[in-house]
Amino acid sequence: MTTPLQVTARLRTPVTESDHVRGAVDAPVTVVEYGDFQCQYCGAAYPNLHDLLRQREGTVRLVFRHFPIANVHPYAESAAEAAEAAGARGRFWEMHDWLYEHQDQLDPVHLSLGVEQLGLPPEEIGAEVERQAYADRVRRDFVGGIRSGVNGTPTLFVNDVRHDGGYALPDLLAAVDAAADT
Amino acid sequence: MTDPNGLIRPGRPAPDFSLPATPDGQHTGPGEYRGRPVVLAFYPADWSPVCGDQMALYQAAMPEFDRYRAAVLGISVDSIWSHRAFAENQGIAFPLLADFEPKGEVARAYGAYTPRGEAARALVVLDPDGAVAWSHLSPPDVNPGADGILDALERLGTDRQVVAG
Repeated sequence: MTTPLQVTARLRTPVTESDHVRGAVDAPVTVVEYGDFQCQYCGAAYPNLHDLLRQREGTVRLVFRHFPIANVHPYAESAAEAAEAAGARGRFWEMHDWLYEHQDQLDPVHLSLGVEQLGLPPEEIGAEVERQAYADRVRRDFVGGIRSGVNGTPTLFVNDVRHDGGYALPDLLAAVDAAADT
Repeated sequence: MTDPNGLIRPGRPAPDFSLPATPDGQHTGPGEYRGRPVVLAFYPADWSPVCGDQMALYQAAMPEFDRYRAAVLGISVDSIWSHRAFAENQGIAFPLLADFEPKGEVARAYGAYTPRGEAARALVVLDPDGAVAWSHLSPPDVNPGADGILDALERLGTDRQVVAG
């Protein structure tokens, strides 16, 4: 079977209840982000996604899935697990935001301070991260991404179609508006 | 492929080869992994940003390749010294082979050599008997990801179960 320039452009892992979702549940457009908390390009996209949700409130919701490239980003895995630990306490998005707003402070000491700053229990969460309590969850996100053709971070899917454009706010607005019109 | 003499096609026996894999002179090639699927990832050059992403991605995806007992070999025309620095920088533990002298000989044998003097960004999956099961050519600036490779490995597994059953 030859596959000339096959491009897998569709999300193969549907959004479910176990996903982290931000924005209106019944929004007509869903953006799924595969991200790495230590990736600078994800960090650059973060404020734009924030603005996107604000400017298209009710139209778009954001799903975040983990895609840590741990061999390049040594703190990506522990950051992802810390976000899950916060998520287990109903605080996923606060941790997510803190991580993207403190990308140069993801080492264990600063991470612990961040957890504390959010009013979460640093010792408990530190222990959970240490014993990789959420490794399976993070891995499941990663593998689903791999099978959907995620080839780096961030990768976005807009209503299940891979977004191959840029991550500047106008690009994101255009992609969401186009999806909302179809 | 548009080039009639392009990338090697499925069903063909894969040319065997042995290339330097480490600075101390160790060589390896697909023949050493007979009985397992082998993934050959030809790429244009160490250090170009897309390649970095692609090889780093394959390292991160290694547990998935392991599930199929697949060996992954990265191949470019860079020297073994460049490969070593690149692998250290990107945390890559699978072999990066130096198709360096005679330059591009293996890439040419697979139809994955470009007029620019680099390997094409080409993926070739070999079955456990050393025949080409799947091949794919990407534009040089497009990271093809790992999904095509994993789909091919999955089909190999299914086909073999069917044969065995």
